[in-house]
Amino acid sequence: MSNEEPVAPDLNSDEEGGQEDDGMGEIINEFLVESYENLDQLDQNLIDLEQNPGDTSILSSIFRTIHTIKGTCGFIGFTKLESVAHVGESLLSKLRDGELDLDPPRTSALLAMVDAIRQMLSCIESDRNEGSVDYSELVETLTRLQSDDAPAEAAAQETAAPAKVEEPAPVAEEPKQEAPAAASAEPEIEPIQPSAEIDADMEPIVDEFLVESYENLDKLDKDLIELEQDPGNTDILGSIFRTIHTIKGTCGFIGLHKLEKVAHVGENLLGKLRDGVLALNPPRTSALLAMVDAIRQMLGCIENERNEGDVDYTQLIIDLGKLLTDDGANEVAAQAPVEAPAAVEKKEEPVAEAAPVVAEKKDRRTATPAEQAQHVAKAGDKRTAPDRRNEQRSVADSSIRVDVDILDRLMNLVGELVLARNQILQFVPTGADSSFIATSQHLNLVTTELQEGVMKTRMQPIGNIWSKFPRVVRDLSMAVGKKIRLEMEGKETELDKTLIEAIKDPLTHIVRNSCDHGIESPEKRAENGKDEEGVLLLRAFHEGGQVNIEIIDDGGGIDPERIKAKALEKEVITQEQADRMGDRELVNLIFAAGFSTAEKVTNVSGRGVGMDVVRTNIEKIGGTVDIQSRKGKGTTLRVKIPLTLAIIPALIITSGGGRYAIPQVNLLELVRLDGDQAKKSVEQIQGAPVYRLRGNLLPLVYLHEELQLKKVVEDEAINIVVLHADDRQFGLVVEGISDTEEIVVKPLGEQLKGLAAFSGATIMGDGKLALILDVMGLAQKARVITEHQEKTIATSQSSQGLQGDRQTLLIFGVEENDRIAIPLSEVARLEEFKRSDIEQSGDQDVVQYRGEIMPLIYLKKYLDVEGADRQGENNELMQAVVFTRNDRSVGLIVGRIIDIVTENIVVKRGANRPGVLGTVVVQSRVTDLLDIEAIVNDADPSFLVGTTDLVMAEEVS
Amino acid sequence: MVEQKQFCTFYLDGHFFGVSVETVQEVFRYQEMTVIPLSPPEIRGLINLRGQVITAIDLRCRLNMEKLPEGQLPMNVVVRTGKSVVSLLVDKIGDVLEVPDEVYESPPETISPEVRKLVRGVYKLEGKLLLILDAEKTVNISASQAIAS
Repeated sequence: MSNEEPVAPDLNSDEEGGQEDDGMGEIINEFLVESYENLDQLDQNLIDLEQNPGDTSILSSIFRTIHTIKGTCGFIGFTKLESVAHVGESLLSKLRDGELDLDPPRTSALLAMVDAIRQMLSCIESDRNEGSVDYSELVETLTRLQSDDAPAEAAAQETAAPAKVEEPAPVAEEPKQEAPAAASAEPEIEPIQPSAEIDADMEPIVDEFLVESYENLDKLDKDLIELEQDPGNTDILGSIFRTIHTIKGTCGFIGLHKLEKVAHVGENLLGKLRDGVLALNPPRTSALLAMVDAIRQMLGCIENERNEGDVDYTQLIIDLGKLLTDDGANEVAAQAPVEAPAAVEKKEEPVAEAAPVVAEKKDRRTATPAEQAQHVAKAGDKRTAPDRRNEQRSVADSSIRVDVDILDRLMNLVGELVLARNQILQFVPTGADSSFIATSQHLNLVTTELQEGVMKTRMQPIGNIWSKFPRVVRDLSMAVGKKIRLEMEGKETELDKTLIEAIKDPLTHIVRNSCDHGIESPEKRAENGKDEEGVLLLRAFHEGGQVNIEIIDDGGGIDPERIKAKALEKEVITQEQADRMGDRELVNLIFAAGFSTAEKVTNVSGRGVGMDVVRTNIEKIGGTVDIQSRKGKGTTLRVKIPLTLAIIPALIITSGGGRYAIPQVNLLELVRLDGDQAKKSVEQIQGAPVYRLRGNLLPLVYLHEELQLKKVVEDEAINIVVLHADDRQFGLVVEGISDTEEIVVKPLGEQLKGLAAFSGATIMGDGKLALILDVMGLAQKARVITEHQEKTIATSQSSQGLQGDRQTLLIFGVEENDRIAIPLSEVARLEEFKRSDIEQSGDQDVVQYRGEIMPLIYLKKYLDVEGADRQGENNELMQAVVFTRNDRSVGLIVGRIIDIVTENIVVKRGANRPGVLGTVVVQSRVTDLLDIEAIVNDADPSFLVGTTDLVMAEEVS
Repeated sequence: MVEQKQFCTFYLDGHFFGVSVETVQEVFRYQEMTVIPLSPPEIRGLINLRGQVITAIDLRCRLNMEKLPEGQLPMNVVVRTGKSVVSLLVDKIGDVLEVPDEVYESPPETISPEVRKLVRGVYKLEGKLLLILDAEKTVNISASQAIAS
């Protein structure tokens, strides 16, 4: 394989003459795309390999990638790139054959090689040449590492004589082209090896190979015909040569020797044609087409049976060999009318029929080629195979490449369809025609499915960007002398392609940060009784219409006191504010601008680009980031981003007679002040209206004033939409609050780009338009935030806001007018118990429930509501919310069940009494969010712990 | 042979205007618009054109003419220039005219500067003059100016 490489070093000069750019340009671009894809995979593979040095499938995959790159480079004429890839390949082949073991120096050298290749590729992309960097040292190192005693030497030896740059240690390169006779003779003498069965490890590689090859073969047919018309066209020849070469290389490596032989002789012939030594004539074209057929046939066998089939291609190989000389060509040409077509015929027919042949191959191993041919012909008559083909979609047919622009266009069209659908649905109640109703319902369903389908086409697994993290983590941990294991969960979690690109850099930054600052040195970890190897866990999952990405390390955690000290020192907050802040708020200060906790600036992170940039970038795409840390235990960073940017949740409000949409990302909470309250609670500071929101002053901005509109609703009540923009909170006073909706964002025309107050427009269900408010622009316009804002005031407010989330809540009350909510996901069941069913166990009220004894908690008593003793006194039946954890249940006795609602809730974390997590606005009413875990834990501390404790606790009670 | 050019014509305050027919995407009757607060006065609002949000420019205002009398509704001429699609609000739509080059003349110096800026030239037709608007310049309104003023 590797040493049979027919490299064409002088090709470049041939090519450079006339039409290099267009034809070659295309090939080079294709090569670049392919290689970039492969390189990312390569990084990952090398890291994996270091962990499992014995894994041949990984090694094989690496080898194949490098081999392909090398082959193509040689052909295109990138000798420098080729030389680097070549030594890498030689090393890899030794590793694969088990001659050498993979050790860290070798891994590093291979990774360096990947980097070098990437560097050269980018030079090729931008300048169409390989750049001027000297890689002789790398080549030297890689060469040295091929001998067993080299690693130590390599580690010691820093500088090496850069003598062999241009001619890099060609380990075993036989320029086959020099001796075509020998090459072509070889297959004649050597008996065809029995068809190889494919190793199970190879399966994924083989599938990939099949898809690639099928694609190429179709093109090959066309190219060959074209070439016959225009024999001088080197572009086409080049393309054909490359395809065949790739197939050959891969076959050899997978172990498909028969296929390799056929491709090899074909390649020799193509090489001669390309170099102008031979001219293309009909017999040669026929023979090449026959070769393509033969390859296709073998691929078919490989796909169905996982082996090459046992058709004998000796004649084809001989013919191709003969065609390498002009004499031979004449000879073949003379036979052509009789023999060549027959040969082609023989090869062509079995293409479709490959399967049955193989099915019966066992007793046919010994049969002569003639017999086989007969058999093949017979099988062909029956035409059984095509049916079989139809059942199974071939690998190549199951995926296609589509231009992203087409997908974007589709997405736009679907957006419009969704709007049209919404408009039609609005007519439905008025039109009584039942078939119209049925049709519109159908339209509704189909549109929804279409929307989802199109969205899916733009989705990519997050694994695509994660794949580079193993490399990042490895390099980092080596650089700072730490041991870090990277784990990933939910690689397959999908999100929009544009978002994938947008979160790449912030995520990389977070990962680097975690490695550098999060995870401690092995010594320190050992001191603290932790495993020397730190674990960095990346986890992604879908939740509530958003993508959650968590970056969890088990490192030293963040010390809130240190943050506090630092924040005070850098004057990010005032002492007074610091005193009021909880640990969680303090930890979140790392996102504040101008804050870097790194006590020493390393070359890894802490160079001024801080977490504030990370947060800004994530917020730019409508995401949020939150951090939780436990000192000594580790840190969890949670990034939440929307699935797509084109459709966002927004709150629809009215002001001055117009409708406006406020992106949910900016929304914190809604406050409504009625009558008297409205008059009293808005105060003025030198003409600037403010409102006291739980002790903090909230600057108010009247939307109709900002937009220079007349107020249309003369209402006493004041609706305040509490928004945050760049760390600052402010209240936007609007006239009416309608609803939250998923809106499709449409850009505004060029003429309106200067309007800072609006970021776009959307089409509402009634077909009318609503402008989307740009909260940041609005805040700047209203001078709520200025360019030189004082961060001091800002920060205390920033950490209070929490992102709204779509949740299903159970709403209930314990007394007349209160509203309490818990997430429905926490509720196991709603039950009614008779007062007479309650029994006592110790001082605990219990009921028998589903064969268990279930303790009861009187929520009214717990929440310290007045008149708690008399709860449910008058009611014979009591409402209970059953909460289950670890197979144990507890019943919360509530006053009344009100409703179950699904809403985008915005939590205001202002826990003012025990048992309450915070306050939310549900159905436009203030509702307490119950801290169910705390309550259960208070009532029975054993409840949330492991099961063994529970059994004991149960017996005791 | 004399060169012929095609123009989509319309009326504005008694004047006869035209824009190159290639730039016109479509014409349609008055449609309700969403007013954009803070926008320059010549921008009348946004129109939902089959799911596409387009800006409507009041040509009378753009050319410093009187407002359309109450009760009369303008019509839309949708033009496509460069990247943007904009609707020009006009009083009434005329025919698509094919006019010979020989009756062409540059706009006279005496017409008001606002109009002169946007008019490429004049075709002297029988009984009336056809003023040719430069669509590119016509739609080039910067919103930021209006805010500053």
